[in-house]
Amino acid sequence: MNTSALAAARLILARDLRLALRKRGQFVQPLAFFAIVTTLFPLSISPELARLREIASGVLWVAALLASLLALEFLFRDDAHDGTLEQYALSGQSLTWLVFAKTSAHWLLTGMPLALMAPLAGISLGVPYAALPGIILPIALGTLVLSLIGAISAALTLGVRRSGVLLTLLTLPLAMPVLIFGAQATDLAIRGASFAAPLYLLSAMAVLGVTLAPLAAAAAVRMSLE
Amino acid sequence: MSRRNIQAERLHLWRGERHVLAGIDLVVGAGEMLQVTGANGSGKTSLLRCLCGLMHLEDGRVLWQGSDVREDLPAFHAQMVYLGHEPPLKPDLTARENLHYWVGIRQHLSPAAVTAALKRVGAGTWAEQPVRTLSAGQKRRVALAGVILCGAPLWLLDEPATNLDAEGQNLVGSLIDEQLSSGGLVIAAVHQDLPVMSAAPRRLELAGT
Repeated sequence: MNTSALAAARLILARDLRLALRKRGQFVQPLAFFAIVTTLFPLSISPELARLREIASGVLWVAALLASLLALEFLFRDDAHDGTLEQYALSGQSLTWLVFAKTSAHWLLTGMPLALMAPLAGISLGVPYAALPGIILPIALGTLVLSLIGAISAALTLGVRRSGVLLTLLTLPLAMPVLIFGAQATDLAIRGASFAAPLYLLSAMAVLGVTLAPLAAAAAVRMSLE
Repeated sequence: MSRRNIQAERLHLWRGERHVLAGIDLVVGAGEMLQVTGANGSGKTSLLRCLCGLMHLEDGRVLWQGSDVREDLPAFHAQMVYLGHEPPLKPDLTARENLHYWVGIRQHLSPAAVTAALKRVGAGTWAEQPVRTLSAGQKRRVALAGVILCGAPLWLLDEPATNLDAEGQNLVGSLIDEQLSSGGLVIAAVHQDLPVMSAAPRRLELAGT
Protein backbone atom coordinates (compact mmCIF):
# COMPACT_ATOMS: atom_id res chain seq x y z
CA MET A 1 0.00 0.00 0.00
CA ASN A 2 1.35 3.41 -0.90
CA THR A 3 2.18 5.90 1.80
CA SER A 4 -0.14 8.90 1.94
CA ALA A 5 1.36 12.35 1.50
CA LEU A 6 0.68 13.14 5.15
CA ALA A 7 2.39 9.98 6.39
CA ALA A 8 5.39 10.72 4.16
CA ALA A 9 5.69 14.21 5.63
CA ARG A 10 5.45 12.75 9.13
CA LEU A 11 8.27 10.34 8.31
CA ILE A 12 10.49 13.17 7.08
CA LEU A 13 9.77 15.21 10.21
CA ALA A 14 10.46 12.24 12.46
CA ARG A 15 13.65 11.42 10.60
CA ASP A 16 15.04 14.95 10.76
CA LEU A 17 14.20 15.34 14.44
CA ARG A 18 15.90 12.04 15.21
CA LEU A 19 18.96 12.98 13.18
CA ALA A 20 19.12 16.31 14.99
CA LEU A 21 19.10 14.50 18.32
CA ARG A 22 22.04 12.37 17.22
CA LYS A 23 24.01 15.30 15.80
CA ARG A 24 23.24 17.99 18.32
CA GLY A 25 26.20 20.20 17.48
CA GLN A 26 24.80 21.26 14.15
CA PHE A 27 21.61 22.60 15.67
CA VAL A 28 23.05 24.02 18.86
CA GLN A 29 25.46 26.15 16.84
CA PRO A 30 22.95 28.80 15.63
CA LEU A 31 21.41 28.98 19.11
CA ALA A 32 24.80 29.45 20.72
CA PHE A 33 25.58 32.15 18.16
CA PHE A 34 22.34 33.94 19.02
CA ALA A 35 23.05 33.74 22.74
CA ILE A 36 26.61 35.04 22.33
CA VAL A 37 25.69 38.01 20.13
CA THR A 38 22.84 39.16 22.35
CA THR A 39 24.88 38.92 25.54
CA LEU A 40 27.85 40.77 24.05
CA PHE A 41 25.83 43.95 23.52
CA PRO A 42 25.28 44.81 27.19
CA LEU A 43 29.00 44.23 27.74
CA SER A 44 30.09 46.46 24.91
CA ILE A 45 27.56 49.29 25.10
CA SER A 46 26.39 49.86 28.64
CA PRO A 47 24.75 47.85 31.37
CA GLU A 48 22.15 50.60 31.71
CA LEU A 49 18.78 48.96 30.99
CA ALA A 50 17.17 52.13 29.65
CA ARG A 51 19.80 52.39 26.91
CA LEU A 52 19.72 48.68 26.13
CA ARG A 53 15.93 48.76 25.81
CA GLU A 54 16.34 51.33 23.03
CA ILE A 55 18.36 48.97 20.86
CA ALA A 56 16.89 45.65 22.05
CA SER A 57 14.62 44.99 19.07
CA GLY A 58 17.42 45.65 16.57
CA VAL A 59 19.88 43.44 18.43
CA LEU A 60 17.41 40.57 18.77
CA TRP A 61 16.40 40.68 15.12
CA VAL A 62 19.84 41.00 13.59
CA ALA A 63 21.08 38.15 15.77
CA ALA A 64 18.06 35.99 14.91
CA LEU A 65 18.47 36.71 11.19
CA LEU A 66 22.16 35.84 11.18
CA ALA A 67 21.61 32.75 13.31
CA SER A 68 18.99 31.36 10.94
CA LEU A 69 21.21 32.13 7.95
CA LEU A 70 23.91 30.11 9.67
CA ALA A 71 21.60 27.13 9.93
CA LEU A 72 20.42 27.27 6.31
CA GLU A 73 23.49 25.57 4.94
CA PHE A 74 22.47 22.31 6.59
CA LEU A 75 18.96 22.31 5.16
CA PHE A 76 19.59 20.15 2.06
CA ARG A 77 23.34 19.64 2.04
CA ASP A 78 23.61 16.25 3.74
CA ASP A 79 20.61 14.87 1.89
CA ALA A 80 22.08 15.96 -1.43
CA HIS A 81 25.42 14.32 -0.68
CA ASP A 82 24.16 10.89 0.28
CA GLY A 83 21.53 10.59 -2.45
CA THR A 84 18.52 10.98 -0.17
CA LEU A 85 17.19 13.89 -2.24
CA GLU A 86 17.45 11.71 -5.33
CA GLN A 87 15.32 9.08 -3.63
CA TYR A 88 12.81 11.76 -2.62
CA ALA A 89 12.57 12.87 -6.26
CA LEU A 90 12.00 9.25 -7.32
CA SER A 91 9.63 8.27 -4.52
CA GLY A 92 6.45 8.85 -6.50
CA GLN A 93 5.43 11.50 -3.93
CA SER A 94 5.20 15.17 -4.80
CA LEU A 95 8.68 16.63 -4.38
CA THR A 96 7.13 20.02 -3.54
CA TRP A 97 5.35 18.47 -0.60
CA LEU A 98 8.43 16.61 0.62
CA VAL A 99 10.51 19.80 0.38
CA PHE A 100 7.84 21.60 2.39
CA ALA A 101 8.01 18.89 5.07
CA LYS A 102 11.77 19.17 5.15
CA THR A 103 11.63 22.96 5.47
CA SER A 104 9.09 22.69 8.28
CA ALA A 105 11.38 20.29 10.12
CA HIS A 106 14.19 22.78 9.64
CA TRP A 107 12.09 25.59 11.14
CA LEU A 108 11.10 23.38 14.09
CA LEU A 109 14.79 22.77 14.76
CA THR A 110 16.11 26.31 14.28
CA GLY A 111 13.42 29.00 14.13
CA MET A 112 11.27 27.69 16.95
CA PRO A 113 14.11 27.29 19.45
CA LEU A 114 15.27 30.80 18.52
CA ALA A 115 11.79 32.19 19.15
CA LEU A 116 11.70 30.43 22.52
CA MET A 117 15.16 31.63 23.47
CA ALA A 118 14.68 35.22 22.38
CA PRO A 119 12.56 36.27 25.42
CA LEU A 120 15.45 35.32 27.73
CA ALA A 121 17.80 37.44 25.68
CA GLY A 122 15.14 40.16 25.66
CA ILE A 123 14.91 40.22 29.44
CA SER A 124 18.65 40.60 29.71
CA LEU A 125 18.34 43.60 27.39
CA GLY A 126 15.78 45.25 29.66
CA VAL A 127 12.62 44.37 27.76
CA PRO A 128 9.56 44.56 30.05
CA TYR A 129 7.75 41.25 30.66
CA ALA A 130 4.58 42.59 29.09
CA ALA A 131 6.42 42.96 25.77
CA LEU A 132 7.63 39.33 25.56
CA PRO A 133 4.79 38.14 23.27
CA GLY A 134 5.99 40.92 20.96
CA ILE A 135 9.29 39.05 20.74
CA ILE A 136 8.12 35.44 20.51
CA LEU A 137 5.37 35.79 17.89
CA PRO A 138 7.21 37.98 15.36
CA ILE A 139 10.43 35.95 15.65
CA ALA A 140 8.54 32.66 15.23
CA LEU A 141 6.79 33.97 12.11
CA GLY A 142 9.88 35.75 10.82
CA THR A 143 12.13 32.69 11.10
CA LEU A 144 9.46 30.63 9.31
CA VAL A 145 9.59 33.05 6.38
CA LEU A 146 13.40 32.97 6.51
CA SER A 147 13.41 29.16 6.42
CA LEU A 148 11.09 29.20 3.41
CA ILE A 149 13.04 31.84 1.48
CA GLY A 150 16.24 30.14 2.52
CA ALA A 151 15.03 26.80 1.20
CA ILE A 152 14.99 28.30 -2.30
CA SER A 153 18.52 29.65 -2.05
CA ALA A 154 19.80 26.53 -0.30
CA ALA A 155 18.39 24.40 -3.13
CA LEU A 156 19.78 26.73 -5.79
CA THR A 157 23.29 26.59 -4.35
CA LEU A 158 23.36 22.79 -3.94
CA GLY A 159 25.69 22.31 -6.88
CA VAL A 160 28.13 24.92 -5.62
CA ARG A 161 31.13 23.96 -3.52
CA ARG A 162 31.59 26.13 -0.41
CA SER A 163 28.14 27.55 -0.93
CA GLY A 164 28.00 29.43 2.39
CA VAL A 165 28.83 32.94 1.12
CA LEU A 166 26.69 32.67 -2.00
CA LEU A 167 23.81 31.36 0.06
CA THR A 168 23.99 34.36 2.38
CA LEU A 169 24.23 36.81 -0.54
CA LEU A 170 21.20 35.27 -2.21
CA THR A 171 19.07 35.17 0.90
CA LEU A 172 19.89 38.50 2.57
CA PRO A 173 18.14 40.88 0.13
CA LEU A 174 15.00 38.74 0.21
CA ALA A 175 15.12 38.65 4.00
CA MET A 176 15.12 42.44 4.39
CA PRO A 177 11.32 42.88 4.58
CA VAL A 178 11.23 40.30 7.35
CA LEU A 179 13.91 42.18 9.28
CA ILE A 180 12.21 45.56 8.81
CA PHE A 181 8.71 44.53 9.84
CA GLY A 182 9.88 42.08 12.47
CA ALA A 183 12.08 44.62 14.23
CA GLN A 184 9.27 47.16 13.99
CA ALA A 185 6.82 44.75 15.64
CA THR A 186 9.20 44.05 18.51
CA ASP A 187 10.02 47.74 18.91
CA LEU A 188 6.34 48.67 19.11
CA ALA A 189 5.80 45.96 21.72
CA ILE A 190 8.70 47.24 23.82
CA ARG A 191 7.21 50.77 23.71
CA GLY A 192 3.91 49.32 24.91
CA ALA A 193 2.06 49.97 21.66
CA SER A 194 0.06 47.50 19.59
CA PHE A 195 2.26 45.50 17.22
CA ALA A 196 -0.62 43.99 15.27
CA ALA A 197 0.05 45.80 11.98
CA PRO A 198 3.60 44.56 11.33
CA LEU A 199 2.57 41.14 12.65
CA TYR A 200 -0.15 40.96 9.99
CA LEU A 201 2.41 41.82 7.35
CA LEU A 202 4.72 39.07 8.62
CA SER A 203 1.80 36.63 8.56
CA ALA A 204 1.04 37.63 4.98
CA MET A 205 4.66 36.95 4.04
CA ALA A 206 4.48 33.58 5.80
CA VAL A 207 1.34 32.63 3.85
CA LEU A 208 2.95 33.68 0.59
CA GLY A 209 6.09 31.76 1.52
CA VAL A 210 4.23 28.58 2.47
CA THR A 211 2.34 28.59 -0.83
CA LEU A 212 5.12 29.52 -3.25
CA ALA A 213 8.54 28.79 -1.75
CA PRO A 214 8.25 24.97 -1.74
CA LEU A 215 7.37 25.01 -5.44
CA ALA A 216 10.45 27.05 -6.28
CA ALA A 217 12.70 25.07 -3.94
CA ALA A 218 11.52 21.74 -5.37
CA ALA A 219 12.21 22.98 -8.91
CA ALA A 220 15.70 24.02 -7.81
CA VAL A 221 16.30 20.65 -6.14
CA ARG A 222 15.28 18.89 -9.35
CA MET A 223 17.74 21.02 -11.30
CA SER A 224 20.56 20.18 -8.91
CA LEU A 225 19.97 16.46 -9.46
CA GLU A 226 20.61 16.66 -13.23
CA MET B 1 -0.34 -9.64 -14.89
CA SER B 2 -0.12 -6.99 -17.56
CA ARG B 3 2.81 -7.16 -19.93
CA ARG B 4 5.30 -4.81 -18.42
CA ASN B 5 7.94 -3.31 -20.56
CA ILE B 6 10.20 -0.33 -20.75
CA GLN B 7 11.30 1.06 -24.04
CA ALA B 8 13.66 3.86 -24.97
CA GLU B 9 13.73 5.50 -28.36
CA ARG B 10 16.60 7.53 -29.80
CA LEU B 11 17.93 8.85 -26.49
CA HIS B 12 20.25 11.81 -26.98
CA LEU B 13 22.05 13.54 -24.15
CA TRP B 14 24.70 16.22 -24.31
CA ARG B 15 26.87 17.22 -21.38
CA GLY B 16 28.56 20.44 -22.45
CA GLU B 17 30.53 19.55 -25.58
CA ARG B 18 30.20 15.82 -25.10
CA HIS B 19 27.55 13.78 -26.85
CA VAL B 20 27.14 11.27 -24.02
CA LEU B 21 24.18 9.30 -25.34
CA ALA B 22 23.98 9.25 -29.10
CA GLY B 23 20.69 7.72 -30.11
CA ILE B 24 20.27 4.81 -27.71
CA ASP B 25 17.37 2.44 -28.35
CA LEU B 26 16.39 -0.33 -25.99
CA VAL B 27 13.47 -2.57 -25.09
CA VAL B 28 13.24 -4.66 -21.94
CA GLY B 29 10.22 -6.83 -21.24
CA ALA B 30 8.88 -8.67 -18.20
CA GLY B 31 11.35 -11.19 -16.80
CA GLU B 32 14.24 -9.73 -18.80
CA MET B 33 17.48 -8.21 -17.75
CA LEU B 34 19.69 -5.78 -19.60
CA GLN B 35 23.31 -5.29 -18.61
CA VAL B 36 24.73 -1.95 -19.65
CA THR B 37 28.47 -2.12 -20.08
CA GLY B 38 31.13 0.26 -21.28
CA ALA B 39 34.31 1.99 -20.21
CA ASN B 40 34.38 4.52 -17.37
CA GLY B 41 32.71 7.71 -18.48
CA SER B 42 30.87 6.05 -21.35
CA GLY B 43 27.53 7.20 -19.97
CA LYS B 44 26.19 4.17 -18.09
CA THR B 45 25.07 6.21 -15.11
CA SER B 46 23.72 8.95 -17.38
CA LEU B 47 21.65 6.39 -19.25
CA LEU B 48 20.11 5.06 -16.03
CA ARG B 49 19.40 8.58 -14.78
CA CYS B 50 17.78 9.47 -18.10
CA LEU B 51 15.60 6.38 -17.93
CA CYS B 52 14.27 7.30 -14.50
CA GLY B 53 13.68 10.91 -15.47
CA LEU B 54 16.31 12.55 -13.26
CA MET B 55 18.13 13.93 -16.29
CA HIS B 56 16.56 15.89 -19.05
CA LEU B 57 16.88 14.38 -22.50
CA GLU B 58 17.67 16.55 -25.52
CA ASP B 59 15.83 14.15 -27.76
CA GLY B 60 14.08 10.81 -27.62
CA ARG B 61 11.62 9.40 -25.15
CA VAL B 62 11.20 6.68 -22.57
CA LEU B 63 8.06 4.56 -22.64
CA TRP B 64 6.69 2.50 -19.74
CA GLN B 65 3.92 0.08 -20.77
CA GLY B 66 3.72 2.00 -24.02
CA SER B 67 3.14 5.52 -22.69
CA ASP B 68 5.66 8.32 -22.33
CA VAL B 69 6.89 8.43 -18.72
CA ARG B 70 7.00 12.23 -18.74
CA GLU B 71 3.22 12.30 -18.91
CA ASP B 72 2.99 11.01 -15.36
CA LEU B 73 6.39 10.82 -13.68
CA PRO B 74 5.14 10.11 -10.11
CA ALA B 75 3.12 7.12 -11.35
CA PHE B 76 6.18 5.81 -13.18
CA HIS B 77 8.41 6.38 -10.14
CA ALA B 78 6.05 4.34 -7.98
CA GLN B 79 6.73 1.44 -10.36
CA MET B 80 10.52 1.62 -10.25
CA VAL B 81 13.44 1.80 -7.88
CA TYR B 82 16.79 3.36 -8.72
CA LEU B 83 19.94 2.59 -6.79
CA GLY B 84 22.88 4.86 -7.53
CA HIS B 85 26.47 4.01 -6.74
CA GLU B 86 26.23 5.71 -3.34
CA PRO B 87 23.78 3.89 -1.05
CA PRO B 88 21.23 6.53 0.07
CA LEU B 89 21.81 5.97 3.78
CA LYS B 90 22.22 8.35 6.71
CA PRO B 91 25.40 7.63 8.68
CA ASP B 92 23.78 8.52 12.01
CA LEU B 93 20.81 6.18 11.71
CA THR B 94 20.88 2.41 12.03
CA ALA B 95 20.30 0.19 9.00
CA ARG B 96 16.79 -0.55 10.19
CA GLU B 97 15.91 3.12 10.74
CA ASN B 98 17.34 4.03 7.36
CA LEU B 99 15.10 1.53 5.61
CA HIS B 100 12.12 2.65 7.67
CA TYR B 101 12.47 6.27 6.57
CA TRP B 102 13.72 5.67 3.02
CA VAL B 103 11.24 3.04 1.86
CA GLY B 104 8.51 4.20 4.25
CA ILE B 105 8.05 7.34 2.18
CA ARG B 106 6.98 5.15 -0.73
CA GLN B 107 4.83 2.56 1.01
CA HIS B 108 3.72 1.19 4.35
CA LEU B 109 6.33 -1.05 5.94
CA SER B 110 5.85 -3.50 8.75
CA PRO B 111 8.81 -4.07 11.07
CA ALA B 112 8.60 -7.76 10.15
CA ALA B 113 9.08 -6.96 6.46
CA VAL B 114 12.18 -4.90 7.29
CA THR B 115 13.55 -7.75 9.41
CA ALA B 116 12.93 -10.23 6.61
CA ALA B 117 14.64 -8.04 4.02
CA LEU B 118 17.63 -7.46 6.28
CA LYS B 119 17.89 -11.20 6.87
CA ARG B 120 17.67 -11.86 3.13
CA VAL B 121 20.75 -9.71 2.49
CA GLY B 122 22.64 -11.43 5.29
CA ALA B 123 22.54 -8.65 7.86
CA GLY B 124 23.48 -9.77 11.34
CA THR B 125 23.45 -7.82 14.57
CA TRP B 126 25.07 -4.92 12.73
CA ALA B 127 21.63 -3.96 11.40
CA GLU B 128 21.08 -2.18 14.71
CA GLN B 129 24.29 -0.17 14.55
CA PRO B 130 24.66 3.31 13.08
CA VAL B 131 25.46 3.00 9.39
CA ARG B 132 28.54 5.15 10.02
CA THR B 133 30.19 2.13 11.65
CA LEU B 134 29.47 -0.28 8.78
CA SER B 135 31.81 -1.31 5.98
CA ALA B 136 31.15 -0.32 2.37
CA GLY B 137 29.98 -3.84 1.58
CA GLN B 138 27.57 -3.89 4.51
CA LYS B 139 26.12 -0.54 3.40
CA ARG B 140 25.64 -1.97 -0.07
CA ARG B 141 23.72 -4.89 1.46
CA VAL B 142 21.45 -2.50 3.35
CA ALA B 143 20.81 -0.61 0.11
CA LEU B 144 19.88 -3.91 -1.58
CA ALA B 145 17.46 -4.63 1.26
CA GLY B 146 15.87 -1.28 0.44
CA VAL B 147 15.52 -2.27 -3.19
CA ILE B 148 13.74 -5.50 -2.22
CA LEU B 149 11.43 -3.66 0.18
CA CYS B 150 10.36 -1.19 -2.50
CA GLY B 151 8.82 -4.16 -4.30
CA ALA B 152 8.82 -2.28 -7.61
CA PRO B 153 8.58 -4.13 -10.93
CA LEU B 154 11.44 -2.16 -12.51
CA TRP B 155 14.92 -2.09 -11.00
CA LEU B 156 17.53 0.35 -12.26
CA LEU B 157 20.80 -0.56 -10.59
CA ASP B 158 24.09 1.27 -10.95
CA GLU B 159 26.99 -1.10 -10.20
CA PRO B 160 24.93 -3.15 -7.73
CA ALA B 161 27.80 -5.46 -6.82
CA THR B 162 30.56 -2.97 -6.02
CA ASN B 163 32.28 -3.48 -2.67
CA LEU B 164 30.69 -6.90 -2.24
CA ASP B 165 32.57 -10.13 -1.50
CA ALA B 166 32.08 -13.28 -3.57
CA GLU B 167 29.09 -14.33 -1.48
CA GLY B 168 27.61 -10.85 -1.84
CA GLN B 169 27.97 -11.03 -5.62
CA ASN B 170 25.99 -14.27 -5.59
CA LEU B 171 23.41 -12.57 -3.40
CA VAL B 172 22.94 -9.84 -6.02
CA GLY B 173 22.62 -12.54 -8.67
CA SER B 174 19.97 -14.46 -6.77
CA LEU B 175 18.03 -11.31 -5.88
CA ILE B 176 17.91 -10.42 -9.56
CA ASP B 177 16.85 -13.99 -10.41
CA GLU B 178 13.94 -13.73 -7.97
CA GLN B 179 12.97 -10.36 -9.41
CA LEU B 180 13.04 -11.71 -12.97
CA SER B 181 11.12 -14.89 -12.17
CA SER B 182 8.34 -12.82 -10.61
CA GLY B 183 7.98 -10.91 -13.86
CA GLY B 184 10.15 -7.95 -12.94
CA LEU B 185 12.57 -6.04 -15.14
CA VAL B 186 16.18 -5.23 -14.34
CA ILE B 187 18.51 -2.79 -16.04
CA ALA B 188 21.95 -2.73 -14.46
CA ALA B 189 25.11 -0.83 -15.25
CA VAL B 190 27.97 -3.24 -14.65
CA HIS B 191 31.68 -3.73 -15.17
CA GLN B 192 31.66 -7.50 -14.77
CA ASP B 193 28.85 -9.88 -15.55
CA LEU B 194 26.62 -10.50 -12.58
CA PRO B 195 26.17 -14.15 -11.56
CA VAL B 196 22.59 -14.36 -12.81
CA MET B 197 21.20 -17.85 -13.40
CA SER B 198 18.05 -17.20 -15.39
CA ALA B 199 17.98 -16.57 -19.12
CA ALA B 200 21.23 -15.03 -20.29
CA PRO B 201 21.00 -11.29 -19.74
CA ARG B 202 21.11 -9.13 -22.81
CA ARG B 203 23.87 -6.64 -23.14
CA LEU B 204 24.11 -3.05 -24.26
CA GLU B 205 27.61 -1.78 -24.90
CA LEU B 206 28.04 1.97 -24.68
CA ALA B 207 30.82 3.18 -26.92
CA GLY B 208 31.44 6.50 -25.22
CA THR B 209 33.02 9.44 -26.94
